[in-house]
Amino acid sequence: MAVPPVSTPSSGFSRLVRWIDYRLPVFSLLEHELVVYPTPKNLNYWWNFGSLAGITLVIMIVTGVVLAMHYTPNADLAFDSVERIMRDVNYGWMLRYIHATGASMFFAIVYIHLFRGLYYGSYKYPRELLWILGVVILVLMIATAFMGYVLPWGQMSYWAATVITNLFSAIPLVGNKIVTLLWGGFTVSNPTLTRFFSLHYLLPFVIVAVVGLHLLALHQHGSNNPLGIDHRGPQDTIPFHPYYTIKDSFGLCVALLVLAFFVFYAPNFLLAADNYIPANPMVTPNHIVPEWYLLPYYAILRSITFDFLGIPSKLLGVLLSLGSLIILFFVPWLDTSRVRSAGFRPVYRWVSWILVIDVIALGYVGSQPPAGFVVTLGQIATFYYYLHFLVLMPLIGKIERPRPLPISIGTAVLEATGRLGTARPAERH
Amino acid sequence: MTDLAQSQVPPGHYGGTRRDFLILTAGALAGVGAAAAIWPFIDSLNPARDTLALSTTEVDLAPVQVGQRLTVAWRGKPIFVDHRPPEEIKAAQEVDVSSLRDPQPDAARVKKPEWLIIIGVCTHLGCIPLGNKPGDDRGPFGGWFCPCHGSIYDTSGRIRQGPAPLNLIVPPYEFTSDTAIKIG
Repeated sequence: MAVPPVSTPSSGFSRLVRWIDYRLPVFSLLEHELVVYPTPKNLNYWWNFGSLAGITLVIMIVTGVVLAMHYTPNADLAFDSVERIMRDVNYGWMLRYIHATGASMFFAIVYIHLFRGLYYGSYKYPRELLWILGVVILVLMIATAFMGYVLPWGQMSYWAATVITNLFSAIPLVGNKIVTLLWGGFTVSNPTLTRFFSLHYLLPFVIVAVVGLHLLALHQHGSNNPLGIDHRGPQDTIPFHPYYTIKDSFGLCVALLVLAFFVFYAPNFLLAADNYIPANPMVTPNHIVPEWYLLPYYAILRSITFDFLGIPSKLLGVLLSLGSLIILFFVPWLDTSRVRSAGFRPVYRWVSWILVIDVIALGYVGSQPPAGFVVTLGQIATFYYYLHFLVLMPLIGKIERPRPLPISIGTAVLEATGRLGTARPAERH
Repeated sequence: MTDLAQSQVPPGHYGGTRRDFLILTAGALAGVGAAAAIWPFIDSLNPARDTLALSTTEVDLAPVQVGQRLTVAWRGKPIFVDHRPPEEIKAAQEVDVSSLRDPQPDAARVKKPEWLIIIGVCTHLGCIPLGNKPGDDRGPFGGWFCPCHGSIYDTSGRIRQGPAPLNLIVPPYEFTSDTAIKIG
C-alpha cells in the first residue's frame, strides 16, 4: 500500500510527498495557502508589509535564541555579559545589532502595516477579528520590546523599567502592591530582571501563535485591496505564487538592505548612549526617553498635567496612554462608512493623513524635555488623536459622500492599464 | 440521562433542573479551585523572604555639616538626609499647609527640625530627584527637582509643582543617639 489512489490538489507532488500528505496534509495546506491562494490582482506595495513583519519576527526569534545562549540574566552579570557578546563572542556584535536594530525595523514595518489597514479600511466587515488580532499582536510586541530593552541592564534599561512599572502605581488602592508584585522587591532589582528575561523569551512565541490566528482569519476572506471592493471571481485574482512571492521577495530585499545599513554603518543610531552606562539605582539620567516606537504613548502620558473630573493627573495620563492603544480595538465599529478604501472617500482620505502628522507630532513631543511649548503641543496632539477616533471617524462616515466604486477589481485594473478598449471612462479613480 | 433529568422537571417549571444546579455548583467549585491553584504562581512573584529580610540601615549624622545633603541606600532605594539650615526650616514651616497638593505640616515630616529624612524616589514614576548633590538644580522651592517629568519639591520634600501626586515619603526611622539614626 504505497500511494493512496486519492486525487489530491497537488498532482505534481512526488510519491513520498503524496504519501506524507495523505496522512499529514501539510503540503496541500502550503499549496492552498501560499501557492494557488487567490489574491486580488491590484495589491500595491503597501501590501508588502504583512509578510515583511512575519519575516522580521523570524529574524528576531532566531537572533534572540542565539543571544540568550550567551546572555546572563542576573543584575550583577547582565551588563558584562552583553559587553562580552559585543567583544568576545564570535559575531556576537552582529547578532546583537541585528536584534536591537531589528526591533526598530519590526515596529516601523508594523506601524506602516497598521496605517495601511486604517487607510484602506481593512478592518471592515468581514475582517473585524483579523484587525483585532493585529492589535493584540501590537500590544504583545510592545510588552516584549519593553522587557527586551531592560535586559542589557544599562542606565536607560533600569530607568525605563522603573518608570514603566511605576505606571501601575497609579491604580487606586492596590497600585503599590501591584508594583511590588511586578518588581519582586522594593525596587527594580534582580528578581525583576530574571522575570523579564523569562517573559521576553516566552512572548515572541505567543506572538507566533496569534500571527497564526491572524493568518487564519486573513485567509478566510482573503486580502483586502486598494479599491476596497470584494473580489468576485478568477478575473479579479491571481495566484499568490509566483506573483506575490516575487513581489514580497523584492520588498524583503529592500528591507534587508535598510536593516544592513543600520546594522553595519549606524548600529547605535537608534540606541541611547546612556545605556552603555551600567544600571545605577541611585542616579537617574537627566533625560529619560523611550525607544522611538514608544514615544507617542509616552507623550500622551506626560501631556496630562492637570486633574480632571476628580481623576488625578497621573492616573489620567496612564489611562489615556493605554487608551490610545485600546481605542484601536474599536475601530471597526467607530468607522461608520461602508466604503472601505479611503481612496474613494474625499474627506476621510485627508483626515487619515492628518492622523499620521498628529502621531509624528506626538513622537516629537515624547522625545523632548517636558517644558513650555512642547507640553501645549502634546496636549493639542493628544486631544486630536482622540478627536480623530471618537468624533471624526464616526461623523465623517455619516456625512461624507464617497465617490462611485468601480464595478469590479478586474475592470478597474483593465481600465487603469488601458486595455478595456472603448469602455475606458474619461476619468478613472 | 437527559431524559431522566428532564423528566424530573414538573410541567411549567422553569426554575432550572437538578442538572443545572449540579453544573453551577461544580463549575463554581472548579473556579475556586483554579483560583487557589493560580495563587501560588502569582504570589511567587512577590518579594522573597530574603528580600523582605533586608536589614536596617544606620547612619552616623555627626560628620554631616549644616546645609549638607547626604544620600544613603536603604532597601536598594536612596534615602536623602538633609541637615537643614535655619532658613530652609523656616521656609518649610511657613507654607500655608492648606495650599498644598498633599497637605502635611513640616512638623509631621521630621523628628528634629534640622534633620529631614526622606526616600529619594519621586512619587510620580520613581525617578531619583536632583538636588542632593552640590551643584544640582534644586528647583524654585530650594528642595528637589525631578528631571524626568518636572516634579518640584520644597525644603520639606513636599510636592509643589509638576505631575507627582504625593510628597516624598518619610521612611520609618528613629534616633539611636543625638547624632545617629536607624532607618527601617
